[in-house]
Amino acid sequence: MAFRVTPRLVGEIVIVDASGKLALGDGTARLRQTLRGLFDEGHNRIIVNLAEVDYVDSSGIGELVTALTTARRGGGEVKLLQVAHGVRDVLLATKLYTVFDVHSEEAAAVSSFG
Amino acid sequence: MSANNNGRSLGSAQRIELTLESLLDSVSLAEEMCTRIAGAVGFDDDDCFKIGMSVREGVINAYNYGSQKQRGKKIFVTFELTAEKFIISVRDQGRGFNVQDVPDPLADENLLKSSGRGVFLMRSFMDEFAVRCPEQGGAELIMAKRLRREPNSAD
Repeated sequence: MAFRVTPRLVGEIVIVDASGKLALGDGTARLRQTLRGLFDEGHNRIIVNLAEVDYVDSSGIGELVTALTTARRGGGEVKLLQVAHGVRDVLLATKLYTVFDVHSEEAAAVSSFG
Repeated sequence: MSANNNGRSLGSAQRIELTLESLLDSVSLAEEMCTRIAGAVGFDDDDCFKIGMSVREGVINAYNYGSQKQRGKKIFVTFELTAEKFIISVRDQGRGFNVQDVPDPLADENLLKSSGRGVFLMRSFMDEFAVRCPEQGGAELIMAKRLRREPNSAD
């Protein structure tokens, strides 16, 4: 399944709906390109919706961490929404599950930005 | 390959060797093949996921750091099944490395680094993991997952 990313605006927050396999190659390239575009446009309050992402490898984790640090440098944040079982296992193993602000409901994720 | 693991087997072969070009496609190929073998010998979905991801990370390591993405350099992957475990080896044609020199990705100073988690994931997801520098050069990652025995199976 090809990796897809679709950004949408909810108020001043960008939600990036992702689907497929977030792994070295197309997955990481597409996510990087999309997020860089958003940062270049001045968006740094971003929610990555992982509900349809069933797999992430170390390269995919690296892209998410890069996005988080980039957003924080600009005073923003990257949050995660609806992290599936396999992805959660990898985030837990790498101690990143608590580094990211993870939400199960979109409305709660949006309102958490204040 | 045959094994007493939930009564399944892979036929008569006990060892499969792959020689891969240093390409991104080789990463997924090795992972898919490994996951199929792991499933065929009776590992459950969770173990198949962990074994497949470990092989993926091993081949990514060989592709990125061993071959340095030079297509002409080969990556050698071996799958071996014994009575006790499923053993996978990933060898590259790079300069080799000392696993002791790999930074701990869980350390506070490394937690937000964009890379350096591959070796950690292989260690976490497999029962055994080691790196050696073979005589012919490069690095060889050797990892294994113990076969799950049926509760009532006789030894």
